[in-house]
Amino acid sequence: MNKIIEKEFFSPKVACFVIEAPRIARSRKPGHFVILRVDEKGERIPLTITDADEKAGTITLVVQKMGVSSEKLCALEPGDEILDVVGPLGRATDIHKVGTILACGGGVGVAPLLPIVQGFKKAGNRVISILAARSKDLIILEEEIRKWSDEVIIMTDDGSYGRKGLVTAGAEEVILREKVDECVAIGPAVMMKFTSLLTKKYNIPTQASLNAMMVDGTGMCGACRVSVGGQTKFTCVDGPEFDAHQIDFNELMLRLGGYTELEKEAYQHYFESSIK
Amino acid sequence: MTDEKEYLKIEREKEWRVELRNKIKNKERTDLLRVKMPEMDPMERIKYQDREVNQGLSVAQAQAEAVRCMDCVNPTCIEGCPVSINIPKFVKYIEKGEFLNAAKTLKETSALPAVCGRVCPQEKQCEQSCFYTQKLKKDAVAIGYLERFAADYERESGQISVPETAPKNGIKIAAIGSGPASLSFAGDMIKLGYDVTVFEALHEIGGVLKYGIPEFRLPNKIVDVELENLKKMGVKFETNFIVGKTASFDDLKAEGYQAFFVASGAGLPNFMNIPGENFNGILSSNEYLTRVNLMNAADNAFDTPVFKGKNVAVIGGGNTAMDSVRTAKRLGAERAMIVYRRSREEMPARIEEVKHAEEEGIEFMNLNNPIEYFADEKGHVNRMRLQRMELGEPDASGRRRPVTIEGSEYDIAVDLVIVAVGVSPNPLIKNALPDLKVSRWGTIDVEEGKMQSSIPELFAGGDIVRGGATVILAMGDGRKAAASMHEYLQQRVTSNEF
Repeated sequence: MNKIIEKEFFSPKVACFVIEAPRIARSRKPGHFVILRVDEKGERIPLTITDADEKAGTITLVVQKMGVSSEKLCALEPGDEILDVVGPLGRATDIHKVGTILACGGGVGVAPLLPIVQGFKKAGNRVISILAARSKDLIILEEEIRKWSDEVIIMTDDGSYGRKGLVTAGAEEVILREKVDECVAIGPAVMMKFTSLLTKKYNIPTQASLNAMMVDGTGMCGACRVSVGGQTKFTCVDGPEFDAHQIDFNELMLRLGGYTELEKEAYQHYFESSIK
Repeated sequence: MTDEKEYLKIEREKEWRVELRNKIKNKERTDLLRVKMPEMDPMERIKYQDREVNQGLSVAQAQAEAVRCMDCVNPTCIEGCPVSINIPKFVKYIEKGEFLNAAKTLKETSALPAVCGRVCPQEKQCEQSCFYTQKLKKDAVAIGYLERFAADYERESGQISVPETAPKNGIKIAAIGSGPASLSFAGDMIKLGYDVTVFEALHEIGGVLKYGIPEFRLPNKIVDVELENLKKMGVKFETNFIVGKTASFDDLKAEGYQAFFVASGAGLPNFMNIPGENFNGILSSNEYLTRVNLMNAADNAFDTPVFKGKNVAVIGGGNTAMDSVRTAKRLGAERAMIVYRRSREEMPARIEEVKHAEEEGIEFMNLNNPIEYFADEKGHVNRMRLQRMELGEPDASGRRRPVTIEGSEYDIAVDLVIVAVGVSPNPLIKNALPDLKVSRWGTIDVEEGKMQSSIPELFAGGDIVRGGATVILAMGDGRKAAASMHEYLQQRVTSNEF
């Protein structure tokens, strides 16, 4: 059981939780994730660790309402307990000093991006962050990202904040302006796909962090498999970060949509039963 | 070994055993026919995911079967048992009508009798080495059925005995993973007085007994009773804890753990790496069974989804393949098929499981191998291409090698494919301990019989050493590891290391 210490809504659909998990707070590194289960009937869902406070023994998780499990989680309040939290899982990000890092975050993907930005900054790199979303209210963690970036560019689809345009427009501008040594992209699969195509054009090594479907999160089930360089990899134990230029994003997008129908049914069932 | 022989002899010469032996002539015993396990009707049982197929013996059936056992001078059956249950003793207690004592006898050496009585391949172990099989060429005494009977009787009686434990010695040890190897290890170590904690990565204790083996073969509530027993003996369990991740081995040593038993299982499912294998609707048996068994995905009240296919193909011929295909049938498949590249002869699954599957209307497409999958516009599998096979010369495993028949390809419609072609060791432990010696397949190297790894305080057993075996072999490893870890720790006690 893991107690919720704080909860804050970043937007109507995105909530941030600080929860008790002393061992995970101590052992986690940038790139790690946890699997949690809200209650006895819940699914096991993966969430990247956004931040941790070793002294307080807490970790920070950001979740977007997408289906039954995330709705259930977002309905919890400080003082409530999450039934199961296990981690840290996955391979940690390979943080090193390389020069200039371009960190691209799309939507709620900024949450897993934050610890990576922190890591690269602490390692002595110049970090340029691009935060992109459909509109202003979906831009999250801007202040925290600013704390750890040399420059922050905001891009919105509708131009309601920062500049109007997609993440790739902002990224290309930076690439044309100065030497970028490495890029990290985290966000919706389609955003990572196009960021990856762009950096491939300029030969900039790029890591993408994948949000695959998972059950156990320890390599046991293979639900999270993804093709990287023509080989099948498991996101949970081989990832979640991979060389973006090798990832088969089209397959990833098809796989992410695999349970859409069943999820819709479950969502409906959830609302019907909560009305009763 | 001589100690054990001596113990068996003393037990056998006890007055009640001698009396029982003299009561009925051996000829009369051997003339009796082996009991048949009452089973739920196949057409009825496929409607339920959680109803057991085997119904268990009645008191009268069990006692009649127990009479068949001749209480041999040299009980070879015990040699066939990886956890060395005193088989004649517990069988004779059943004949005598002392069922609780029969259950107690099982627990002397087995931490999970109700489980073993259901899922052990007895026909390859104790029953294979039974005098009836070996010398009389008759059906073996139904040792497995009787084991289940005694364990069930005790559980249902409500008078569950808790095995005695030695006074606490204060030495902390850890078992990693909570499957059969660990549970068996924990049971032995707690009896010896150690302070035992079992660490489990998932949210439930039991490992493969919970996520893998379906309810119709092994109900969870039966596993829970055995787990409860271990808790009563003092074993501590920590769920949601991955040793090497949540805390390192060094962290745990700093917390006082003196030795470790790694039984983390053969985590990673194998795939065949054929075109289209990552389409939706194609999943590993681990994933499929975990969704249904651990996450209750077939029940609408639970949030985890599962595909309920109409045309389901399960690739493989082992017990996991049988569990998967029979689960698919119960979840409403119209066609539930086994696709296996060899013939029935070579199938690694238990004969009983194959028989049950056949009765339930499972189609066996033997001597067939998938070579490609095709999908609809949403990326969901809708067709698979099969190639026919024939058997060639025996290979390294002694089984005849399947050879492809060129030009024999054909397609069938499928909407769910479950791949059950084995597992590979989980690299989590190896990643956490770079110095640990592993084989080139990634299994942990241990000293034969001692289960001790290249790191002295680390022992290992079960699938992480064997690479995919059975519950009872894992339990045997757990017992061996317990005995040798005990010896290792006592040496350290003698040299005043603590």
